[in-house]
Amino acid sequence: MSDYILQFLISGITVGSIYALVGLGFTIIYNASDVVNFAQGEFVMIGAMSAVSFSIAGIPLIIAIIMAMMVTVLVGFALNQFAIKPAKGASVVTTIIITIGASIFLRGAALLIWGKDFYSLPAFSGEQPIHIAGATILPQNLWVMGVSVLLVSAVLWFFKYTLLGKAILACSCNRTAAQMVGINVGKMMLLSYGLSAMLGALAGVLIVPITFSSYDAGIMLGLKGFSAAILGGIGNPIGAIVGGLLLGVLESLGAGFISSGYKDAIAFAIILFVLFVRPSGLLGHEHQERV
Amino acid sequence: MNLLRVKHLEKSFGGVSAISNLSFDLPKGIVFSVIGPNGAGKTTLFNMLCGFYTPDQGSIIFKKENAEYDKEVMYHSLHNMATHQIAACGISRSFQNLQIFFNMTALENVMVGCHLQSSSRFLPSLLRLPSVIKEEQRVKQQALNALAFCHLDHLANEMADSLAYGDLKRLEIARALASKPQLLMLDEPAAGLNDTETQQMSHLIRKICASGVTVLLVEHNMELVMTSSDQILVLNFGHLLAQGTPDEIQNNPVVVKAYLGEDI
Amino acid sequence: MKRLSGFYLLSLVALILPQIFPDNYYLTVVGVFAALHIILAVGLNLLMGYCGQISLGHAAFFGLGAYSSAILTTRYQLDPWLAMISGMVLVFIIANLIARPILKLKGHYLAMATLGFGIIVHIIFVQTEALSGGPDGLGDIPTLSIAGWAVDSDIRWYYVTTISALGSILLSLNLIASRSGRAIRAVHGSEFAAQMMGINSNKTKVMVFVFAAVLASFAGSLFAYQQNFVSPDSFSFFFSIELVTMVVLGGMASTYGAVFGAILLTFLPELLIVFEDYEMLVYGAILMLVMIFMPQGLFISLGHQLTQLKKNYWPNKKPAGDQQ
Repeated sequence: MSDYILQFLISGITVGSIYALVGLGFTIIYNASDVVNFAQGEFVMIGAMSAVSFSIAGIPLIIAIIMAMMVTVLVGFALNQFAIKPAKGASVVTTIIITIGASIFLRGAALLIWGKDFYSLPAFSGEQPIHIAGATILPQNLWVMGVSVLLVSAVLWFFKYTLLGKAILACSCNRTAAQMVGINVGKMMLLSYGLSAMLGALAGVLIVPITFSSYDAGIMLGLKGFSAAILGGIGNPIGAIVGGLLLGVLESLGAGFISSGYKDAIAFAIILFVLFVRPSGLLGHEHQERV
Repeated sequence: MNLLRVKHLEKSFGGVSAISNLSFDLPKGIVFSVIGPNGAGKTTLFNMLCGFYTPDQGSIIFKKENAEYDKEVMYHSLHNMATHQIAACGISRSFQNLQIFFNMTALENVMVGCHLQSSSRFLPSLLRLPSVIKEEQRVKQQALNALAFCHLDHLANEMADSLAYGDLKRLEIARALASKPQLLMLDEPAAGLNDTETQQMSHLIRKICASGVTVLLVEHNMELVMTSSDQILVLNFGHLLAQGTPDEIQNNPVVVKAYLGEDI
Repeated sequence: MKRLSGFYLLSLVALILPQIFPDNYYLTVVGVFAALHIILAVGLNLLMGYCGQISLGHAAFFGLGAYSSAILTTRYQLDPWLAMISGMVLVFIIANLIARPILKLKGHYLAMATLGFGIIVHIIFVQTEALSGGPDGLGDIPTLSIAGWAVDSDIRWYYVTTISALGSILLSLNLIASRSGRAIRAVHGSEFAAQMMGINSNKTKVMVFVFAAVLASFAGSLFAYQQNFVSPDSFSFFFSIELVTMVVLGGMASTYGAVFGAILLTFLPELLIVFEDYEMLVYGAILMLVMIFMPQGLFISLGHQLTQLKKNYWPNKKPAGDQQ
């Protein structure tokens, strides 16, 4: 039995790391602009699919990955410039619909470019399974977990210890005040979309050797990433990470011990339960209303 | 007769005491002001009176509508009630940060104030039964009357988000009056108003009191407080510092020192 | 009555149209879907537009109504009307149970909770094969009969669904112009102030949520009888998002806005078929462009444009020499 638990934990943490990265992407954009970017999942898809295309064209894997990241970052910039910025000052719901429109648009573009086929990348360092304590772990799983840890640490360090990171956070706390102290809010927005896109692209590239990708692979990932961010408390980067890992593990355990058909239902039911008990997520701050 | 009685009220937020052992009686039919420096606990008191906060200790009792004599059973116990239940006892208020319904016209705002004065339910409203139509007419007229009382009837069909700040402050009062309360609580009604508007507000407050509504006022503007009030309560750091008529308060050395300044 | 003049006009047009254009695919087939979407959008608009509570799981109630009708008629041989009413009662109970805890959440957390609820219900539709037929769906659903008059042709379905849609519009208009309607809008405007005016804000939110849910269940039952077939695909979170889009695109806090949005988003895919492979791309682009340039929604923005036009071309004439 304990063998199984370890196995489920490994796959849970792997997929949870991806959810964490996507959730982190949501959090960064939300922190910079109060917008929930429903096209976040599409960043993951575009990163994966671009990397595959570049790789198929003969470009070495590492370069293909870097180019895919650049493509996705450009898409992120474009999203900010052409969809979010022109709608400055629109209500929350309106902006949600804009990002939903953007996600449909990006999916439509992906459909045109790549069709409905499934694509994959070769595993980064081979497919020889490693046996630890009765469980099997693929090298790719280690890549996912390892790179995620690095990325997450880098992002957290960026926001806590660099002036640029703090400037982005300032924009979300109070846009006008940020402008008053000389922060170029427009540039900060652009940067945060670019950063989120980069995180999404890397997540896509990391996971595609395991799970394949297609034009609509971004939908479920976006949804799960959003759930992770909410579960952890939207706006809190650590919350998104905790939420992502927790969601991945719950899903995996649910699929393993109860039923793979119901795994998503179990995960969402638990999220609902958490929200009923902690209405601002696990690590979110209670919004104090002043009357 | 006392309308409101507060006994040994206590409230802290995360270890910081906002209100400490506060007791006072509010007589019926007067203008009663609560003053004190920022952080003295005035808004906390207000929010406890209308149920947004629950007191840590103490009691708040409020005279029932047709109470004839001064016995325990003639009072509602407010400190455990939800806000809408407290409103139903006959208390209404305006807010320090405007809580106008900006998605409605001025008239509709005040018609919401008539909620407790009407009773059409969900299902009959869906079907627009004759009783509903009749009540709508009555409520509309009542709302117009409340607007007229506050000199706002010419703005009835304007969207609330297009009105000037001074008008919005009076609109909140008109809305609160529409519910025909026994007690009207005004939270800094003169904030942001110029001298002329403040004088008009003072006038309005006395007019409201003359019409039979008891007024509880929180205010920083001393001119307004001294000219409109019958009684004043001074709070400092959550404690009751003094209570009395405007003259008594102005001449109270403790108050003068703590709040009004040494040079008066 | 002046208040309902727009409604009477809409009713007249809707009822006369198929007589002027008989056997028109867009009317009698697409129009039926538009009518069902109107019922859904009008209910959702009461919840989102007027009451300010976001719901990303509305398709679940549509599905619960459809499956109740499907299961009760095919597996238990219940009369279609009884099955429909049973579905509405079931949804009434479920909506009441989940509304109370869910509506205590705010903003994105509320969105998440409703999204989660919708997905859970969808998964149940897929997984409970013995009852629901699983991913392949449930067929052979009988049709509705009104006192012997069987609703078994496109044109009959057009009239049944259109009259139902008009009914739901009327109910919504009546509700908004009433004490309950003002209470709903007040809760959205300022929950504190609403409570201070004696409105039980929690109860109000629950009532709107339940009403919208029951309305969706009714539409779901109609859908099941019209299609004679249901499958989980029609009740996924995509459809929930589509419903939200209809409400926002048309214009929130406007019953006619929701009607407009529903009609538009039902016909748009039909019109976009000409773009073939570019259909999704163009659909996404249209959504973005409309919301960027008309953030209040098409119906409300167009309404403002028309009012502006009227002011420019028919300015109020003042007699010469009049000093203001």
